[in-house]
Amino acid sequence: MLEFLNGLAAANPEVPGVLLRVAGMLAFGALVVFVFILPVAGITSWVERRVWARIQSRIGPNRVGPGGFLQWLADGLKNLLKEDVIPQAVDEPLFRIAPYLVVAGFVAAFVAIPFGGSLIIADLNIGILYITAITSLVVVGILMAGWSSNNKWSMLGGIRSATQIISYEIPLGLTIFPVVLVSGTLSTQGITAAQGWAPHTWHMFHNPFLLVSFLLFFVCALAEGNRTPFDLPEAESELVAGFATEYSGMRSLLFFLAEWGNLYVIGALVATLFMGGWQVPRFTDDPTLLAVAQFFTIFLKAYFWVFVAMWVRATLPRIRIDQLMALCWKYLVPMALLNTLGTAFFMVLFPEGSLVVRIALVAVVLAIIFVFARRVRFHLARARGLGYGAV
Amino acid sequence: MVTPNHYLALSAVLFAIGSIGVVVRRNLVIIFMSVELMLNAANLAFVAVAYGRGLMSGQSIVFFVMTVAAAEAAVGLAVILAMFRNRQTVNADDIALLRW
Amino acid sequence: MSPYLFYPLACLTIAGALGVVLNNNPVRSALSLVATLFLLAVYYIALQAHLVAALQIIVYAGAVMVLFLFVITLLNLSPDPADRTSPLFGAAALGSALLLAVVLGRALWATTLPGAANTPLPEGFGTTVVLARQLFSEYLVAFELTSILLLVAVVGAVVLAKRDPSPADMDAPAPGREA
Repeated sequence: MLEFLNGLAAANPEVPGVLLRVAGMLAFGALVVFVFILPVAGITSWVERRVWARIQSRIGPNRVGPGGFLQWLADGLKNLLKEDVIPQAVDEPLFRIAPYLVVAGFVAAFVAIPFGGSLIIADLNIGILYITAITSLVVVGILMAGWSSNNKWSMLGGIRSATQIISYEIPLGLTIFPVVLVSGTLSTQGITAAQGWAPHTWHMFHNPFLLVSFLLFFVCALAEGNRTPFDLPEAESELVAGFATEYSGMRSLLFFLAEWGNLYVIGALVATLFMGGWQVPRFTDDPTLLAVAQFFTIFLKAYFWVFVAMWVRATLPRIRIDQLMALCWKYLVPMALLNTLGTAFFMVLFPEGSLVVRIALVAVVLAIIFVFARRVRFHLARARGLGYGAV
Repeated sequence: MVTPNHYLALSAVLFAIGSIGVVVRRNLVIIFMSVELMLNAANLAFVAVAYGRGLMSGQSIVFFVMTVAAAEAAVGLAVILAMFRNRQTVNADDIALLRW
Repeated sequence: MSPYLFYPLACLTIAGALGVVLNNNPVRSALSLVATLFLLAVYYIALQAHLVAALQIIVYAGAVMVLFLFVITLLNLSPDPADRTSPLFGAAALGSALLLAVVLGRALWATTLPGAANTPLPEGFGTTVVLARQLFSEYLVAFELTSILLLVAVVGAVVLAKRDPSPADMDAPAPGREA
């Protein structure tokens, strides 16, 4: 991307190079937002509703388009056309800016998220640190929304959210450390390059501590993204809609856009850090074909975790705020610290990693999946036998 | 052409603005924020000099300044909170007693 | 950094800094400070201090400023007329600050930094590896002391902010009994 812009600047010497570069970056960013982020966030909303419906034995939205696929477009259009109500008692400028800050925080994370070997907006040398940093803009946006709404539900939602996000940022950062230790770089492309396409070369199977780290990372990422079971900031049954209570129309849509888009960010981060990212076997020398394969590899891996997040949301109840804090500070932080130490220790013992450990860990995970699948089959069969029909 | 000196000048301006805040405002929280602003102006100067001289020490110092500033913010805000609990005020002029 | 970026950003930064000092509303002050600190991170990137820029955003925008906003909302601070010192005092402060800016700016402006424009930066300048190596060798003692400082700060903050069960509370009858 940068090379292309530099070339463009060299070809047009009369235009100040930096302006051209900024304009090019903005154009590319807008392209990524409209071609990738918006549809993915929208379609995620449709998938989520369908998945819940399936889990709860309902049908879900199925009217607009085939299987209800275009529901997200209809919802988006509806919200765009709705009146944007600004209540009288709010702090107007802050109230207006807050949703944009939230969206900016999550869209900016896409700068360092790789979509393929050469498909990345900017391969920053502090990549993963940049992502954790820039997503903290979301906290400011949420606090701003909560405070400026001048409503106690909003306020409580905003404060809960800020507490939750800054608390879970600590274990989140600590679970990234082992990965950085193993791959020796902070760049997202470097981390992916340190892994291979085969499962046993993934970071999550590098040593037992990294496997635990991987689970902790997913839990913390769910909390960062305000997802059930950690969705206290917008607990409908207690706080109306939390910090988004006073928002309507487009602005409230922006909060939801950020929430659903964030799901993809979580998935892509899990895939990049622990599951080999876009790595594919070198089946062809055609760079275009390879890029397409890489894109779909990381997209499917990321979307698998998006699906798991939906599944978790439909399955688990919300936890209490004191349980949330206790989980973070008493369990996740010490465990994450222990993982970092353990990984460092493991790397001293096996500087090159150990194939035996990797394969053993893959076997353990496969065994867990196998046992789980058998239990699910058993329960499904029992439910059918009891006459629950098409479960 | 923007030289490191431009950044140094900017840091001087930010520092001066922060000092106005410390002197003019009476709200402890805002005085505190002005102090943070002054610390950050100093950080900018450190980074600019590090760049100008090609020495990494400037950036290391910034690292320490940030850590100390974070610790200071945590303790300072706790003090303000405790003070507010006892006196129901955060106005620096009202907190003029040595003991109460 | 190109002048086309530097001057607009510098104006924004100064506006943000003035916003911190001049806003009557503490929440708006805090948000101005967030904007200012964020813009400073942009300068750090331009000055090849990538790690410092990321830390700036994580530590300030992500943690310290959220703490400030937290305390402001907790104390329910609203615009307060007693927040300002007398106009005379304010004018004196403004004058001395202007003087400070001029003197400091002039002195810093006149500083010649060897190698500012002509010598290239050393290999790996500003990367995490170089910074980390320096922190863990040359500044190791300071680094370890900082960790102790942080521990002390955490303990201190908890002790200060915790509502201790005062003797009055202990002697007070159980709720509902006084009626």
